[in-house]
Amino acid sequence: MNEFGIINLSRRDFLKAGMGLTLGVTVPSLAQMAGPGQGGGSVVAAGALEPNAFVRIGTDSTVTVIVKHLEMGQGTYTGLPTLVAEELDADWSQIRVEGAPADASRYNNLFLGAMQGTGGSTALANSYEQMRKAGAAARAMLLAAAAERWNVAPDSITIARGAVVHEPSNRKATFGQLAASAAKIPVPQDVKLKDPKDFALIGRRLTRTDTRAKSNGTAIYTQDVKLPGMLTALVAHPPRFGGKPKAFDAAKAKAVKGVVDVVAIPQGVAVLASDFWSAKKGRDALAVEWDESGAFKLGSAEIMAEYKSLAATPGLPARKEGDLPGAFARAAKTLEAAYEFPYLAHACMEPMNCVVKLSADACEIWNGEQFQSIDQPEVAAVLGMKPEQVKLNMLFAGGSFGRRANPHADYLVEATQIAKAIEGRAPVKLVWTREDDMRAGHYRPMYYHELKAGLDAQGNLIAWQHRIVGQSILAGTAFEGMMVKDGIDATSVEGAANLPYAVPNLGVELHSPKMGVPVQWWRSVGSTHTAFSTETFLDELALAAGKDPYQFRRALLAKSPRHETVLKMAATEADWNTPLVSARVGDRRGRGIAVHESFNTVVAQVAEVTVRRDGSWRVDRVMCAVDCGLAVNPDVIRAQMESGIVYGLTAAMHGAITLKDGVVEQSNFHDYIPLRMNEMPRIGVYIARSNEKPTGVGEPATPVIAPAVANALFAATGKPIRSLPIRIQA
Amino acid sequence: MITLNVNGKPMSVDADRDTPLLWVLRDHLGMTGTKYGCGMALCGACTVHVNGHPARSCSTPLSSAAGKRITTIEGIGHTKEGRVLQEAWVANDVPQCGYCQSGQIMSAAALLAKVKRPTDAEIESAMSGNVCRCGTYNRISLAVRQASRNLK
Repeated sequence: MNEFGIINLSRRDFLKAGMGLTLGVTVPSLAQMAGPGQGGGSVVAAGALEPNAFVRIGTDSTVTVIVKHLEMGQGTYTGLPTLVAEELDADWSQIRVEGAPADASRYNNLFLGAMQGTGGSTALANSYEQMRKAGAAARAMLLAAAAERWNVAPDSITIARGAVVHEPSNRKATFGQLAASAAKIPVPQDVKLKDPKDFALIGRRLTRTDTRAKSNGTAIYTQDVKLPGMLTALVAHPPRFGGKPKAFDAAKAKAVKGVVDVVAIPQGVAVLASDFWSAKKGRDALAVEWDESGAFKLGSAEIMAEYKSLAATPGLPARKEGDLPGAFARAAKTLEAAYEFPYLAHACMEPMNCVVKLSADACEIWNGEQFQSIDQPEVAAVLGMKPEQVKLNMLFAGGSFGRRANPHADYLVEATQIAKAIEGRAPVKLVWTREDDMRAGHYRPMYYHELKAGLDAQGNLIAWQHRIVGQSILAGTAFEGMMVKDGIDATSVEGAANLPYAVPNLGVELHSPKMGVPVQWWRSVGSTHTAFSTETFLDELALAAGKDPYQFRRALLAKSPRHETVLKMAATEADWNTPLVSARVGDRRGRGIAVHESFNTVVAQVAEVTVRRDGSWRVDRVMCAVDCGLAVNPDVIRAQMESGIVYGLTAAMHGAITLKDGVVEQSNFHDYIPLRMNEMPRIGVYIARSNEKPTGVGEPATPVIAPAVANALFAATGKPIRSLPIRIQA
Repeated sequence: MITLNVNGKPMSVDADRDTPLLWVLRDHLGMTGTKYGCGMALCGACTVHVNGHPARSCSTPLSSAAGKRITTIEGIGHTKEGRVLQEAWVANDVPQCGYCQSGQIMSAAALLAKVKRPTDAEIESAMSGNVCRCGTYNRISLAVRQASRNLK
């Protein structure tokens, strides 16, 4: 990665910073780095050389780490501070965390070029050296200050767990005692980072910085923000995507106690009230007539039928190798399979919401802020302001799974339109009910896949043709220019175009039809469907070749050592070669394996299932092995593997958003069913030892579980699973 | 005005009788630890105790809560079950996004107040009404068992 220059902000902001020490790291240039999806996205270098501020040491010895990434559960408020604390030799109890403001010149995601945002499992990976350098520089300055104060050689001083010690003279100082004098010392331009063998915090279990506040109700989310005079807004949205309000009668709504105003915005009618319940009753009483001339009216069945007919024609090539027709012509055996995937909602526990406060020359927003570089200009455009006039306060997010990084800032724009419609007379909290959230679109797209493969007489895989049909997520977004090349949306084919298996003749094609349903990235993006079709089809091929699915994969992964390592770890932990025993007569049990790389992290899982006579089934146990480079916070990694498995398993077992005549059929947790504790498998997580730079862990466990489970069910029942969610006949 | 007893304190509220207790707590009393998740008693994020029993406050009208003892996440730490549970939550780093965890702890506290040493099946049955989209269920189950052992 880059070399970072470090400058001292304390002098510039001396009065503001008080007696403390504030450090920044400048980013001179950005090399080609991966974009938000699976590798390969080229990124324009950021030219600016402006400082970032990441560390603040108070006279009370607290070390405040300014974290540039949203904490939405994935552990950034623990991971990034760990990096600072490690190089600073701070004690973990000294660490405090502050969310960074919107300022891409200082807080850009180094993997997204000049953009500030959280996504693509990049938070820790892009910050790994940046945050360590910020900590190391602070340490060097504390050390120099102590050396000056005691008039001793810097190398005779040690720092450990927040204590600065000169052993020969038995003198000690705290960070707080040294902070003011350290602030006057020039920032070292060249800091030496620790050798990984000397890590004291990295690689250890540390309590998350947010656990206590999230266990006693004091953690503040956007839903909890209350400003003086604030109104709560609920919006009546059109029943179909693309609908608009034509006329409305607000009389009954306004008669509801607590309702203050009713205003039209481009995509709906907002009811503003003193509190949520009044706004809800007001919205229930509102009568709106909709203009559906531009509304989308197809149902899921019609969409899928269209995708199937498209799949009968060649798509745009995403990858082409060898001589595919020739290989199929000489194949001893040819297999074909088609796969269907539904729309999926993110369904975060905290439905989308945000608070907007307008003044004459500024707009202030409180939000589970995930994508500052999109949200600032989108909000500014509504108001005719400059992006920098939009101040964004980043609060804890009650889940996101990709949803809050909306490429059109959908709910922020909606809240801003409401605030604008009442001319900023009061701060506005937009609250979506669960039903609003479920029906607002921006789903993981529907997809249809067709796979065809050829085996030679010895059972070797010699031909592989993969055709994918589904809406482009990136079309019409700021990422289109960057990540849609020659008509291929990289996120539609990630996981398929970079199939890790050594197949000499291979083709991957894509159709990207347009549909009026808004779509968006959903935890692990393209891999949510490509991992499923490729990994389940591979088990069908293994069976046809008369080979064990695990060994069949290993043979094809000789040139992918990380895949092979985690595959072997998961298989070993699962006692792959030991037959499963059925607990009850008539139960069928099965074990399935899958491996997949996403966001530069490789995950393998073995799932064990039980299928009862009546067709009901459960996942008993999952063994999950991960190679995510150096394990900075092993327990956070374990938590993210567990989380990804539950998220992916929920979708595999229950997840489907369906449309009928353009209307979303689901509305709440009774018909968009979350996995609950009674359906939980036991989960074991095994982390591969590695000294490579850390890679992401928020998403990569998600895409692996569905194929691992489907393969286990295939093993148990002999019937392949080719559409999600999984349905098994009795 | 309707009088409520929340965490041992009498509180007066000027709200319609049909207002769900959830919104009374959050919007009228400023107690935001209890969360809105679904509004239909499907997810458990809004769980509080009414006379010691777990209740979904999103579906409990103010009128039916009046005169009853209400305990919320803000008060549960003062009970012995709440205290051991919160310690176990921290020890096992249960929360991820954390939004559902108030409700999870309230459901677990109601269980432990009734059954000091619950079986795994009892934990599963008491906790399956609470949804966690981050998937912290196995840690929740572990933390409830640990808290149960630490309950004197």
